[in-house]
Amino acid sequence: MSEPVLEIKNLNVDYGLGDQAVHAVRDVNLTLHRGEVLGLAGESGSGKSTLAYGLTRLLAPPGVVSGGEVIYHPEKGEPYDVLGLTDKQLQAFRWAETAIVFQGAMNSLNPVHKISTQLTDVLAAHEPQMSAHSRNARAREMLKLVGISADRMDAYPHQLSGGMRQRVMIGMALILQPQVVIMDEPTTALDVVMQRQILGQLIELRERLGFSVIFITHDLSLLVEFSNRIAIMYGGRIVEEAQANSLYRDSLHPYSKGLLSSFPALRGPRRELAGIPGSPPDLKAMPTGCSFHPRCPRAFEPCAGNIPVLGNPDTPDGANRTVACWLHPVKQPVG
Amino acid sequence: MKFLIQRILFYLFTAWAAITINFFIPRLIPGDPVKSLLARFQGQMSSDAIDSLYVLFGLDKDASIWSQYVDYWKQLFQGDLGLSFTAFPSPVSEVISDALPWTVALVGITTVISFFLGTSLGVLAGWRRGSWIDGLLPATTFLSSVPYFWLGLLAIYLLAGPDSFFPSSGGYGTDVVPYPDWPFISSALQHSLLPALTILISSVSGWILSMRNMMVTVAAEDYITVAHAKGLSDRRVALSYAARNALLPNISGFALSLGFIVGGTLLVEIVFSYPGLGFLLFRAVGAKDYPLMQGIFLVITISVLVANLIADIAYLMLDPRTRKEG
Repeated sequence: MSEPVLEIKNLNVDYGLGDQAVHAVRDVNLTLHRGEVLGLAGESGSGKSTLAYGLTRLLAPPGVVSGGEVIYHPEKGEPYDVLGLTDKQLQAFRWAETAIVFQGAMNSLNPVHKISTQLTDVLAAHEPQMSAHSRNARAREMLKLVGISADRMDAYPHQLSGGMRQRVMIGMALILQPQVVIMDEPTTALDVVMQRQILGQLIELRERLGFSVIFITHDLSLLVEFSNRIAIMYGGRIVEEAQANSLYRDSLHPYSKGLLSSFPALRGPRRELAGIPGSPPDLKAMPTGCSFHPRCPRAFEPCAGNIPVLGNPDTPDGANRTVACWLHPVKQPVG
Repeated sequence: MKFLIQRILFYLFTAWAAITINFFIPRLIPGDPVKSLLARFQGQMSSDAIDSLYVLFGLDKDASIWSQYVDYWKQLFQGDLGLSFTAFPSPVSEVISDALPWTVALVGITTVISFFLGTSLGVLAGWRRGSWIDGLLPATTFLSSVPYFWLGLLAIYLLAGPDSFFPSSGGYGTDVVPYPDWPFISSALQHSLLPALTILISSVSGWILSMRNMMVTVAAEDYITVAHAKGLSDRRVALSYAARNALLPNISGFALSLGFIVGGTLLVEIVFSYPGLGFLLFRAVGAKDYPLMQGIFLVITISVLVANLIADIAYLMLDPRTRKEG
């Protein structure tokens, strides 16, 4: 496995302070390696977007990172903790090292400024020595890269379709050639055909430019196809993490199994669509023990009592995957 | 461009309608101006003089309403608004053009200052929620809920007086003549301070409040998060992304308030006996000076329409979404 580019260690994110705080992300350990696509899946409210906002320090109040580290390994130089950066350092870090493509393709662009203005103001902020002419040329180049003709430079966001806007956002994300691109449900608002087109383009760009991707979605079928590794989140914790194909063929956690059986396979024998009974947990009143046990078809007596630790399971490929479930005793806990 | 022409045509139509109504209203009101003028001269007028007065006021009994209407328009295009009763025999246009600069200078400058001050404070308050400016809000809101005239009376009672720096009434001192030299200007400024302050205090909080609320709404938009994520400076995000969008509703409010500059602060001018248009209207109503009232209404109507047109154009320039393609 290649070297890590982003290491999330024991990250905790709360909404609110003190006793009233809701713990949206708990003890998350996750490593993104250079050049890989890491999928992050889970139901609504599982904490996947909060995790992304937390590690980029974009949480709006009352969200706070209450603990943990986010170690970033720059291409050259010493790794540092993103959570410890000063405001000035953070401004320089953002977009240049870690860019984000957000959920709302429709509202991610400022309606009163031209596309060109919004592409070039990133360059103006991060590379002030660049001339206006070369900033424009670079913006043009990025548009071409994502398949939008350069004459749309002077268009306003409302003159573009949803798919075009999201492609502009992807182009904008890559304009400073960041090491890491976080995609927070980038295609949720788009139709299936457009999803496919944009994801295909993204994968192609990733191969060409070599950045790493954290891909957040609730659509596990997309991840199986496009990502190298997949981490499954439930109730603010990572419950399973494995190579995409091994998770697809042989998931260990009953929740992952449930997610996988909630969408139909395009090929292969017909099977019953099961879904997951019950509803996601209330983050204010989490069940004791494993937070999934009230909905788990295979719950047994330790589940309600103790929280299972995430670690390498005792399976043939156990060294390459982790799971947090009492069904799979952990040989080596993580973190 | 097509949109603009459409708007201008619409406003021309509205102006025509307003002027037509303005023509008919005095003719529908019982009693006529000549009779009230006669009362002032206590009947010491010959019947020839009375007849010629009727013709002079455009109330010629022999002329049909249609020919009166046509004459009215003809006179309007010559800038002739008839003769004022109270200031007889000076024409209405002269009386109005004497009063208009006072109002425009006092209320106009105050409105512009109030808008810029209030909007900037609103941007700050909305961007840094919970700072000291938020503490300012209840106080300014309280002051704006106090009626203009009462605030004015209070200001006169507390600040003005025979020995005070602030004069209690008038537009300039009795010791100067209206001539653009320094003694006159400084006297006019001194006289305008108190009314200006009253208007400012009671109008600024509206701008603060609406701008702050729009800032809070806009700050929750996705593109603000994106702007932060792009690593832009806080200043740029606040001004070019948040305030730029939050400003749009305030701009139309501002353009509309420009229209009300001319007639909107009647009470302040009455309280301070300020020689502006509002005070003039007040006196015209008191003296049943129909031509003068008609003229003032016309000026107010036209300024509101022009302000609306300015609002349309400003919006067109500031919000690309309102521009039609092509």
